[in-house]
Amino acid sequence: MKLAYWMYAGPAHIGTLRVASSFQNVHAIMHAPLGDDYFNVMRSMLERERDFTPVTTSIVDRHVLARGSQEKVVDNITRKDKEELPDLVLLTPTCTSSILQEDLQNFVNRATMQTTCDVLLADVNHYRVNEFQAADRTLEQIVRFYLDKAKKNQDLNLEKTEKPSANIIGMFTLGFHNQHDCRELKRLLAELGIEVNEIIPEGGSVLNLKNLPKAWFNIVPYREIGLMTAVYLETEFAMPYVSTTPMGILDTAEFIRQIGQIIQNHAETQVKEKPTVKSPMENAVFIENYIEKQTRFVSQAAWFSRSIDCQNLTGKRAIVFGDATHAAAMTKILSREMGIRVACAGTYCKHDADWFREQVVGFCDQILITDDHTQVGDMIAQLEPAAIFGTQMERHVGKRLDIPCGVISAPVHIQNFPLGYRPFLGYEGTNQIADLVYNSFSLGMEDHLLEIFGGHDTKEVITKSLSTAVDLGWSTDGLAELNKIPGFVRGKVKRNTEKYARQNNIQTITLDILFAAKEANGA
Amino acid sequence: MKESQENLVFECETGNYHTFCPISCVSWLYQKIEDSFFLVIGTKTCGYFLQNAMGVMIFAEPRYAMAELEESDISAQLNDYKELKRLCLQIKQDRNPSVIVWIGTCTTEIIKMDLEGIAPKLEADIGIPIIVARANGLDYAFTQGEDTVLAAMAQRCPEKTPTDKPDPSLVLFGSLTSNVASHLALELKKQGIQVQGWLPSPRYGDLPALGEDVYVAGVNPFLSRTATTLMRRRKCKLISAPFPIGPDGTRAWIEEISSVFGIVPHGLEEREQQLWENLEDLVSLVRGKSVFFMGDNLLEVSLARFLIRCGMIVYEIGIPYMDKRFQAAELALLEKTCLKMNAPMPRIVEKPDNYYQIQRIRELQPDLTITGMAHANPLEARGITTKWSVEFTFAQIHGFTNAREILELVTRPLRRQKNIQEKSLTFV
Repeated sequence: MKLAYWMYAGPAHIGTLRVASSFQNVHAIMHAPLGDDYFNVMRSMLERERDFTPVTTSIVDRHVLARGSQEKVVDNITRKDKEELPDLVLLTPTCTSSILQEDLQNFVNRATMQTTCDVLLADVNHYRVNEFQAADRTLEQIVRFYLDKAKKNQDLNLEKTEKPSANIIGMFTLGFHNQHDCRELKRLLAELGIEVNEIIPEGGSVLNLKNLPKAWFNIVPYREIGLMTAVYLETEFAMPYVSTTPMGILDTAEFIRQIGQIIQNHAETQVKEKPTVKSPMENAVFIENYIEKQTRFVSQAAWFSRSIDCQNLTGKRAIVFGDATHAAAMTKILSREMGIRVACAGTYCKHDADWFREQVVGFCDQILITDDHTQVGDMIAQLEPAAIFGTQMERHVGKRLDIPCGVISAPVHIQNFPLGYRPFLGYEGTNQIADLVYNSFSLGMEDHLLEIFGGHDTKEVITKSLSTAVDLGWSTDGLAELNKIPGFVRGKVKRNTEKYARQNNIQTITLDILFAAKEANGA
Repeated sequence: MKESQENLVFECETGNYHTFCPISCVSWLYQKIEDSFFLVIGTKTCGYFLQNAMGVMIFAEPRYAMAELEESDISAQLNDYKELKRLCLQIKQDRNPSVIVWIGTCTTEIIKMDLEGIAPKLEADIGIPIIVARANGLDYAFTQGEDTVLAAMAQRCPEKTPTDKPDPSLVLFGSLTSNVASHLALELKKQGIQVQGWLPSPRYGDLPALGEDVYVAGVNPFLSRTATTLMRRRKCKLISAPFPIGPDGTRAWIEEISSVFGIVPHGLEEREQQLWENLEDLVSLVRGKSVFFMGDNLLEVSLARFLIRCGMIVYEIGIPYMDKRFQAAELALLEKTCLKMNAPMPRIVEKPDNYYQIQRIRELQPDLTITGMAHANPLEARGITTKWSVEFTFAQIHGFTNAREILELVTRPLRRQKNIQEKSLTFV
């Protein structure tokens, strides 16, 4: 047993449900007790979904405990088949069904004989994998199922598209800024002259999965979900994939160059068989021109990192914590692109710790791999960074310690599902990240200045009367010094100095008094 | 309009409905019982639910935690007693609570972890009372979680000795925020009835004394197990009354209690009348409008009765579980209210099926649907005005003064709708 107050990654079935409800016309049936369908609440509230979440429960109650589910699961599957006419029903086990050890595969087999839709049992073990691993696994399972099916039906079209094309794998419901990232990626690919073949699972149809091999290559933007599918497609159909996350200027450029390489390779092997349409991506000069143009003019992040603003951030210390993808990318951006010292970089994706270490080594002072939020909190308290880039939990730690925090990764709140366009990937993403970083630090700076000049709000009564009695005078040198103080704290300093003067029965405030007051307050 | 029936119709559907898991009761009970610590013995699934459903509260260092079961616990490679002892000692060291409440979950049920057997031994070992409540999704829905905790807590109340207090005495059961509790106590005091104690009390040490000459009355419709425990185990006398929700319910509740104590209540009719007049601005907004309860928190019958009294038409009262004996007085008042207002008797659907309900909602097009958050946004997108049912659980809705709060909640979507329409923002 483990004493736990909070967790970064959800239980396995959440991952499975995220895959299922991202696809169109896929219905998930959970084998779970009453109340376990809070996934529907999360999706409806966080994503502000207009449609009913296609997840229902085949409820495990006392009767099921006593005599097994018997007809219940099969009935629920066939009923959903008739009611919603889904393409696929995904039976989802939960922690409860894991220990009941009912033969769910048997229910699936029986139901398949009566339904027009396909029925699958999600192959996840609650006690072994978390949300991300389960989602990764389930996505691969569905893709494999439909490609096998197409193969069997001799319905598989292996011919590549005429123009270069890509599948985007790993866009999800309830993913951190996934919808915006997806739009940004599509734009990037369009500008490179690459067609988007399929996007899965978000908005995709399982009936179109058989088209996946038509693409020239696959893109897996996020480390956590989609890699298994890409690896499967590589072994099965020799489709290359790009798994570099295009987050930050340098990695976006790297991402584009990798795509260029793939397309060049593709052209070289294909040309022997038949000439394909020449892609601009085959031209290294085109790629470098594109990268340079985007970096100079579309992304402001490169210029930003040379500007005076960013100079002031030099050597500032930050802590980064989040999922492997975002934490690693953020660490690299802060350290390589903005010259910020990352005192500690960490992730809660313990299952992917080696990859994370390899990514951030050299870009941070120390590495933290944990899923215990108190350990992260202690680390933040110990290191006292100027800013935190983490999850909602780190934001709350920051609040308690008065350290600003930019949220860069799930777990998230409703405010991390913004209506406006906020990608983290691609060139627009670099702008968003630059804003996020700069706002976090400058807010911290402002707070710090306020602190130096005596706090934010006036809790004590300065004078007995409300009117500003003119019993205090400022000498010329005192006033001149006061006017040198930055505008946004000047009023505060003035009040504090006057308070000090009153307490010490001083009539005229000179330069000396001003500093004496500052000393008294600053102590 | 449907023709009104003679009697209430009770139906039972498939039980495929959305509600919160009963372990959610820890979120309000740990705040109510100030010196308690709630330990939920379950899996990641339970923890993720609490974390997401309770939102911001989780960051306020709450006095509740998960004892997260791992694979080794499930396969009995670890000793439950030793594991729980280790965690409880840690809790004792960090928080030093007066009582630890163990919440049993589906998993502890299925693997048959003997919490009731372990607790007394561990209690003796570590010197802190341990109460076991099986608030799991296999047996219960949402607010029934509180019922299981209070039923377990009733066993811990001290025995009332004859010398203690004047007989007969009155103990109220049900968790309410302190100002609502004192409001209800004050209303009873006006009639000359002293409330001797509450179950639960704000501190564990202040649990009321129970015994044969103690009368008990519930304040919430979901407390049937607690009522049974009080009657059978503690020999208390249960006052069956409607629940003090809405001015009509509050009046009936006080009247029932008064009659048991042989007191003729005074000033109640005027008080109720006065309140209805004060509420007229909000009542006029709902009069003649129709409402559909999908059902998820067991407050539905009382709320429906109040809304019918406000002049609304209730199409359907969905409810997770219907204890006709514990709710007898409330059901009688519902019938009476329907006749009085000349309103059709609503269907009461126990263990509803959300899918069928949505078909009925589409057909009936009610002016307001009271539903959980899973359905609220999708229904709104289909032009059905909704109110989140969970808010009724967390808002202050008991007694005379809070009737306004209920109507504020009920009318908010209608008022908002009106605002939007008047400003012709009807493009979505």
